[in-house]
Amino acid sequence: MSNENILFEETLPGGGLWSWALRRHTTLRLTDLAGGANVGLMAYNADQPLDRLNLPDTLKAQYTAKLTHGHVLMSDMGHALLSITADTAGWHDPLGGHGNAALVQRNYGAATYQEKRNDWHRNAHDNFLIELGKHGLGKRDLVANVNFFSRLDVDAEGAMKFHPGNSAAGARVDLRAEMNVLVVLNTCQHPLDPNPRYAPRPVRLTVLKTPPPGPDDFCRNFRGENQRSFILTERLFPGA
Amino acid sequence: MSTFILTESRLDPAKAIYDFTLPAGEGWMHEIRRGQTFRIVDLDGNQAVDTLFYNAHDLTDRYSAQDTIREQGGLYLTTGTKLISSESNVMAEIVADTCGRHDTLGGACAAESNQVRYALDKRWMHSCRDTFMLAISRWGRGVTKCDLTHNINFFMNVPVTPDGKLSFADGVSAGGRYVEMRAAMDLIGLISNCPQLNNPCNAYNPTPVRLLIWP
Repeated sequence: MSNENILFEETLPGGGLWSWALRRHTTLRLTDLAGGANVGLMAYNADQPLDRLNLPDTLKAQYTAKLTHGHVLMSDMGHALLSITADTAGWHDPLGGHGNAALVQRNYGAATYQEKRNDWHRNAHDNFLIELGKHGLGKRDLVANVNFFSRLDVDAEGAMKFHPGNSAAGARVDLRAEMNVLVVLNTCQHPLDPNPRYAPRPVRLTVLKTPPPGPDDFCRNFRGENQRSFILTERLFPGA
Repeated sequence: MSTFILTESRLDPAKAIYDFTLPAGEGWMHEIRRGQTFRIVDLDGNQAVDTLFYNAHDLTDRYSAQDTIREQGGLYLTTGTKLISSESNVMAEIVADTCGRHDTLGGACAAESNQVRYALDKRWMHSCRDTFMLAISRWGRGVTKCDLTHNINFFMNVPVTPDGKLSFADGVSAGGRYVEMRAAMDLIGLISNCPQLNNPCNAYNPTPVRLLIWP
């Protein structure tokens, strides 16, 4: 991807928070700068936020419990929100959810803003609420989130275990917006990260101008379910 | 191979203070008080029962599938599972289970997701989300679509494979099997007795379930 396609980019430190309404067919690239990053992410139809990321629908439509290249994040109204058009990490976690203030204090101890200034211990739940609030959304709009760059292994009994080293420095994942998509994300540690230290990693956020998906698009054709989800989404933009 | 541990209840249905049979394709919304025990009986076998819970005093404090599975470190629900809310409170604990495994990853079927999963012309067919919509509309009291989050599917078996595939396995339930939970707070329960006919989650034959509450 050449530089002239970069609309803007910024670096989010570990524990940081961000939200943006991506225009349709632009791409958000997440780059794990140091290795071991985690990006908790929720997504909404920016034009009608009641139409929102639904992980159960996403997973069962694609018969998967992990997310990678070809998969599409789908809404509860059958629409395609974000397509994973590139992925060098190979596995992103849709199961583990996100931590909150009590979990962060239990895992890493207390570190308030008063004591630590911007090195305080931030948590994903509060970060989601802050960014959701900026768009008129709140607690009732929280949805099950994806954790990009993280992986959980599941055994035959259903026991879940954090998989260390899933994402190396430089790993990146590209998310193409298939409608105008409000993305709400943060870079807090995965809630099952066994690291005893508070050490959330930085992530580069790059918004790119990208072409609309053609008839031969990989994500569109990844499964029949994805094709139908694209058709339902394109009906929202007649004549586009 | 996975193991299933079955736990029976000693509660007598004749002593229940509430006893209702919910046909397939219908919704149910009802208060369950703290300390009460709530049982769902799969009367004819392999019937998915899509279930959500809310704190009766605070709608923003509601069942959270991700918090529940993460806090217990495992994907499947059975005896001993604490149902955790979005505010990290224990809502209820499963205290008896003669089925042995219940799903909370598969979510509820919906008209629109049926279009995606099966065919664009399936939108008219009845679905759990439509049952939920009608139940909350009748209930009123400010409950809206944004409160319909990721539910439990009692009596459904949705195993995850080590390579990250989601499979919809044959049902592990059978006629007369039940799951029972004790409420740890005043709850509102919301159920859709699943009408799905496009996949085997109800063995292509949706059937009634029995709902009981003991004081």
